[in-house]
Parts: sequence; structure tokens; C-alpha cells
Amino acid sequence: MKPTPTAFHSTPFPQEPLSTSLATGTSYWQDAWRRLRNNKLALAGLIFILLITLAAIAGPYFSGYSYADQDLPEANQPPSSVHWFGTDNLGRDLLTRVLYGARISLSIGVAASFINLTVGVLYGGIAGYAGGRIDNIMMRIVDILYGIPLLLYIILLMVVLGPGLLNIFLALGLVYWLGMARIVRGQILAIKKQEYVLAARLTGASPARILMRHLIPNSIGPILITTTLAIPEAIFTEAFLSFIGLGVSAPMASWGVLASEGVVSLRSYPFQLLYPALAISITMLSFNFLGDGLRDSLDPRMRK
Amino acid sequence: MIHYLINRLASMLLVLFVIVTATFLLMHAIPGGPFTTEKNLPEAIQKNMEERYHLNDPLWKQYADYLAHAATGDLGPSFKYENRSVNDLIRESFPVSAELGAIAIFWAVCLGIPAGIIAAVYHNRWPDYIAMFLTTIGISVPGFILAALLIFVFALQLDWLPAALWEGPSSTVLPALALTGLPTAFIARLTRSGMMEVLNQDYIRTARAKGLSQYTILTRHALKNALIPVVTYLGPLIAGILTGSFVIETIFAIPGLGRHFVTSIYNRDYTVILGITIFYSALLVTLNLLVDIAYVLLDPRIKLSEGKDD
Repeated sequence: MKPTPTAFHSTPFPQEPLSTSLATGTSYWQDAWRRLRNNKLALAGLIFILLITLAAIAGPYFSGYSYADQDLPEANQPPSSVHWFGTDNLGRDLLTRVLYGARISLSIGVAASFINLTVGVLYGGIAGYAGGRIDNIMMRIVDILYGIPLLLYIILLMVVLGPGLLNIFLALGLVYWLGMARIVRGQILAIKKQEYVLAARLTGASPARILMRHLIPNSIGPILITTTLAIPEAIFTEAFLSFIGLGVSAPMASWGVLASEGVVSLRSYPFQLLYPALAISITMLSFNFLGDGLRDSLDPRMRK
Repeated sequence: MIHYLINRLASMLLVLFVIVTATFLLMHAIPGGPFTTEKNLPEAIQKNMEERYHLNDPLWKQYADYLAHAATGDLGPSFKYENRSVNDLIRESFPVSAELGAIAIFWAVCLGIPAGIIAAVYHNRWPDYIAMFLTTIGISVPGFILAALLIFVFALQLDWLPAALWEGPSSTVLPALALTGLPTAFIARLTRSGMMEVLNQDYIRTARAKGLSQYTILTRHALKNALIPVVTYLGPLIAGILTGSFVIETIFAIPGLGRHFVTSIYNRDYTVILGITIFYSALLVTLNLLVDIAYVLLDPRIKLSEGKDD
């Protein structure tokens, strides 16, 4: 039907103000937080992570023992009111050692996320934004490194470098950005064709500014999820290395070292394994629950 | 397909070359060399030993020899055990590790896939919650802790199964279970997400409309497509079983290659460490290639681009 002037007629202007008929908007982050809050496991994980961080920072000052002082007459004491977690075969207070172990494990987690957030994000970001040949070469390098069983090379690196916390950071740093680089590149590829990027380019923004101010902040969801899930992986790697004798050096003790000592005395003093094992497992569990929760609450495809 | 195969083989060779080179360079980055010990050896003996293992050749010649040997599969002698080569060690102990690994993978598939199906079918109901809770525990509890727990309960407290060694079928149960925790959890999660995606598709609705039973729909229609992501996990699965075997074999005193690897790390037996690293790397890279080929053959929807994912 062809529109004729008589087909149109004016409608009365709405009497009520427009704003009341609109729902108040929720921002992406409000929405995400609301969903995360409803996920009890993720929330419990977050709370436990905050608690263990607090305990790792402050705990050793209040335990009343040092992690290194030996007290042989007190060796292998079961948990009591004096030593809450008991003592090890050299009479050292296990609670204190577990708390110090928390410092080491968590600092490894922090180091891993730092590497992820700097090297991984920048590498993936540059490859994704540059595109073309640069992207091809950069991702080929990542592919080749991915093809190598990296844990074996972390082991080899630790054999060469020798045990020690700094060397663990170094070994993790060399390989722990690969997954993040891939994810960020994929994100950037998906969003760099959008209009706001074109608009930024038209106003003369430099590629670095577009990357840092527009593309990376808009990939923050996947970046956050990957970081959260990289932390337990790093903690696990450290525990694994310590277990096969390549971790931190004595008398420092990480959870992996404590667990491997605990396995040796499993027959006679099972409690010596129990506490470090619980510490590792609950911490890993918390990060994994939190990571899963973040994925569910930040992934826009899950939005209903 | 031919083009794809050639491309993949070329990149596999490149990866192997990078592996051997990196390993060689790392070996020579060790301060002092493999014969530096606490007690000083007489200079003549030191010289003789370096002569015997060609350590006084120029670096490029050592590298060329190493490449040539590695290419023919000769991984060199052990520095700590005279007259015993890395190849002997692998021949003796790898079958044990392979058997343990095969049992663990068997368990992972038999437990993980049904768990994933159940979780997907009862999505957001209590079987799903239980399955997801258990898989998160499986991912979070390191293998050596699971192993210690199993030993404590089933060997020390209940005395049902042996706590160590590799003698007879009953001794395989605990190490295989300890090794299978992580891969089972991963397989269950992949099966669940694959299944959930497939169950929402039209052809499943068609199958339901035809009046097929739930069992037939799940096993005949859904499972095949849902398991494709699981196939891609087989590569990392084998890698995980392998590194897991280091600790599990050490804890259970199983005479496999993993335990030898850890022992050689403790002893700083460099040639054995390097030899086993190269062996494992080559094994994994080859298996990954086979998995990728199987993946392409299984799923005709996958376009054969040269490993690029855009």
C-alpha cells in the first residue's frame, strides 16, 4: 500500500515523564557482580582467598615461632594447644611453616598473574592488533612453544638454574604467558573491526593508545578469567617442582616441600601431610571456583 | 589433506629441532659441567672423562654430534651409571610407565564420559552440581596428595591394597586411581559442555520428535558429536598422565621411566635428564600430531587450514 498523507495522524504526547517507563540500567560490572554474588561456591572461594592472603601476610607475626628454628626435643609433636598443627621432624612449628608456605605459594600466584597481565596481554594484543605478517610470525612462535611439553622444560630449566624462589619465577615467566597471549589475540581480532575503534583511529589516536585504552580494557573479562585460572596452575607447578626436589631451598618451605616431607612420614605422622595438603587443595579449589564463577558472570554469551 | 599432512609434519620436525637444540644449550649452560662434584677429582681423571664423553670437543662439533645421534634415536650414555645408556633405561622402564598410563587413561575415559553425560542431561540439577563439584576437586587436588590420601586410607588404614611396588594387578589400582583424578575431571567437564551444546541442536529435537528413547538419542545421536572436544584433549591428557607419572611412580616406588627421571634429577645425572626429556618431548609431539589427524578425520566440519585459528 502506498502511503498517502491521510494515512498519518498524530498521536497524543505521552503525559507521564519518559524516565518512569524505562528500567534503570545496570552496568556490565554491576551485572557481573550480582551474578558472582549469587554463585555461592565462587563467593566462598573469594572469601577464602582473602582470608589466606591475610593469614599469609600477618599470620607469621602472631604464631610465636619462626619457620626455621629447630627444637629437637619437640620433634614430631601431634597437634596441640601449643603447636596447633603439630611440629615436623626437626621440631619446627608446622602452623608457622604452612603460613610461610602460603606466602611463597601466593607470591608465585602473583608472579604468574603479573607475567600473564604484562607479557601475555601485550604479546597477544600486539599480534592481534597488528595482524597480517606480524601476527603470523608472532603466533607461529607461540604455536611452536605450545608444541613443546613445557613442564619438562621448566624442570630442565630448574635443573640448570638450581632450586630457589627466584629461579621458579624465572622459569614460570618464560612460559606462563602463552595461553594468555592466545586468548587476548583472539579477543582483539574479534573487536578491532568495531566502529568505536575506527572512530578512535579517525580522531588520530595512536595504535598504542587504541590498544591500551580501547582494545585491552574491552577484553578485560577473558583476561580476568584467564588470570584467575592461571594462579592455581602456577601454585600447582611450584608444588610439583618442590615435590621432585626442585623447589625453594631449605629452611624455607613451600606447600610443595611440606607435602613432600609429609609423604615421607605418612606412616608415622600423617598429620604432617594433612595440613599442607589441605592448604594446597583448598587454595586451588578456591581459585578454580572463583575462576569458574567469573567465567559464568563475565561471559556476555551467558547473559540472559 | 596431503598438503595439511606435509605442513603438520614439517612443523613437527621444526618443533623437534627446537627441542633438541634447547635441550643441548641448556645442558651446556650448567655451571661447571656434569662432572663437577663436591670432592675434586684428580685432573687426569677429569680429563679422561671429558675425553670419553667428548666434552673437550668444540661446542659446534658437540652440537652436530648430538643432533646426529638424536636423529638416529641414540640418546647417549648415563654419566652416573657406567655402561648403561639412556636407551637401555628407556627400554627397561618405559613399558611399566606405559602400562600404568594406559590403565589411568582407561579409567579416565570410563569414569569421565558417563559423569559428563549425566551432568549435561541433569543440567543445573543436583547430579550436575555434584559432578561439577567433584570435577573441581579433581582439578584442584594435586596428584601426590591424592596418592598419599589413597595410600593412607586403602593401604595403611584398611590394608586392602599394597601401598607400593609394581607386583601384580592389585598393586596397579592405587597408582592408576591417583593418576587418573585430573584427566577424569577434565574429560567429564569437556563431555558435559560438548553434550550441552549438542543437546540444544535441531537434529536432537528431530530425534525426540521421532519418539526415540532418551538412551538412543544420547548414545546414537548426541555422544558422537559431543565427544569431539574430548578428542582434542587427548594430547594434553597424555602429557598430564606423563608428568603425573613422575610423582606417582616416585611415591609408589614403581620402576617406571617417571621415577628414573626424578631420581636422575636428584642425582643430577644430566645425560639421563636430557635423554628422557627428548624422548618424552618427541613422544608427545608425535602423539599430538596423531591426535590432530584423528580430529580432522573424525569431524568433516573442520576446515583444513594450517593450524591457524582465525
